[in-house]
Amino acid sequence: MEDVRMKEGLSACMNCGVCTAVCPAAAFYNYDPRQIVSIVQTRDDEAIEELLKSEEIWYCGECMSCRPRCPRGNTPGYVIQALRTLSQKLGYFVESEKGRQQLALKRTVGDNILRTGYCLVPTAIKPELHPEQGTVWRWIFDHDQEIYPQYSEAYNKSGSGALRRTSDETLEELRRIFDITGGTEMFDSIERFSDQKAKQMGYEGADEEYFLDVYTRNSNEHY
Amino acid sequence: MKRSSWTDYQKEIADNDYYYARSCIRQNFFPGSEKVFLSILGKDLGRNIYDDPLHTSCTGIGYHSDVVPLETIMTVVARQFALMNEAGYENFTSSCITSFGIYTELLATWEEFPEMLDKTRENLYKATGREFKIPKNLAHTSDVIFHHREEIAQKAKRKLVNAYTGEPLRVVEHIGCHYAKIFPKKGVGGSEFPYVLAGMVESWGGEIVDYPERRHCCGFGFRNYLVQANRGYSIANSHKKLESMAPQKPDFIVCNCPGCSMFLDKWQYTIAEMEGTTYGQNGQGIPVLTYEEMAGLILGYDPWADLGMQMHQVDVEPLLDKLGIEYDPAAKYLGRNGKYIGKPEAALINGCSEDRLYKINR
Repeated sequence: MEDVRMKEGLSACMNCGVCTAVCPAAAFYNYDPRQIVSIVQTRDDEAIEELLKSEEIWYCGECMSCRPRCPRGNTPGYVIQALRTLSQKLGYFVESEKGRQQLALKRTVGDNILRTGYCLVPTAIKPELHPEQGTVWRWIFDHDQEIYPQYSEAYNKSGSGALRRTSDETLEELRRIFDITGGTEMFDSIERFSDQKAKQMGYEGADEEYFLDVYTRNSNEHY
Repeated sequence: MKRSSWTDYQKEIADNDYYYARSCIRQNFFPGSEKVFLSILGKDLGRNIYDDPLHTSCTGIGYHSDVVPLETIMTVVARQFALMNEAGYENFTSSCITSFGIYTELLATWEEFPEMLDKTRENLYKATGREFKIPKNLAHTSDVIFHHREEIAQKAKRKLVNAYTGEPLRVVEHIGCHYAKIFPKKGVGGSEFPYVLAGMVESWGGEIVDYPERRHCCGFGFRNYLVQANRGYSIANSHKKLESMAPQKPDFIVCNCPGCSMFLDKWQYTIAEMEGTTYGQNGQGIPVLTYEEMAGLILGYDPWADLGMQMHQVDVEPLLDKLGIEYDPAAKYLGRNGKYIGKPEAALINGCSEDRLYKINR
């Protein structure tokens, strides 16, 4: 694996398990970063391929709490990032329930970036998909044109300020960066593998129904 | 452990002339905080800070959701640095902890793997025709406030003191994982001896309360919040922190990271709706503030018109009362030019009776 995060993240793990002890994902899921690092360290191709198709590599929240506590200076979170990148390049992510969610992340955060210049914008945080955002968020969502301009004259317009409209020229620069550096290829690959998998699973393709299913479905077999 | 251990983790913070990069989450949920930060720097402290309309998201939420590749985010970050150079600045300050973590990670990666820096320069030039220099100084915006904390204390109209009892307010601080867990030496106090917010609280008259899960993640977990099916992870980790801090009876929580500020506020609403549990001393929630809001309140900024604190789900009025701040309750939920636009539906966290609950678990 050529990923620099693999070089930085893993050197002679001694399997002490401190990473697992501090890990918020291990506190919640049936998840053990110590074991993942241990498998990667074996360099057993078959075991690693199994990992790339597994649910486990998608549990980590990338908080990096493991990094400062590892006595060897390793970062299991970096190893996870490298594994996830490879799983998506090879199309293995669609073999797990949690992995298939990458389509939802691409279609929300990913598409927001190229459409607006931001990872999120208020109009995309729909209360029906975010009941946990509460009653105040619903009020903000319903009155965004009344609320945000009080704090930013440039709300949805050109100029400086919070949530200013990103210019077409800037969005074009972002798109070119994505094209040249593999970002567009990653987005296309997530779409392509998801579409194939969706058809295998009996959907017409990676359509809105498939998107909503991967966004909301929880088999509750992860704990 | 010595109380002064944080002093082993200090960093250089530029004193003036900052290039400001906004945060996707902060500008969405706390636009008043960004507005007041610029005002504190420019008007109260007389410092020069540039709010550039050309920068974009660093794409960090996409990177940590694994849909944006490393090479892509490196080049987007390089573009931000190029814009800073073009505007004539050398000191970069980011309003976002996720971004700050990414900037520290990428600067370290470029140092360790110079071939990646060369490749990034090539990619940026090919994509945009721009070139960039590494910033002279990189600071999170809380570092900048920390750096000026004594000057702010001198200009403050009030202290973090309970106006009824004269006692220091009890404050829980949360620095956010990506502030110092990725590169501890790049954060004031590192990840084990968090001092960037504690230093502000101490200088402004409050008292920091320690609690067992102080260093635990708020539970954002990127894909673990962003995908609806995974949100149990997120709320469970916030729940763990809230349960751990509640016995200390904090007057408020102050957060470094805009995401943590939002989650610790919103998950209190959700926990109340699901279980009927509230963590505040008044049967409501514990107010969650950004450090800009904390600084803004002691400097005399208006909680609604300037700071936008009506955008919080947990009501902040009990804290405003303790601080002795006069405010107009009728002005809380107004639109532009004082237009009345209705107000949010009451919830249990706001003291609504249980029989009116909007039960999200039904």
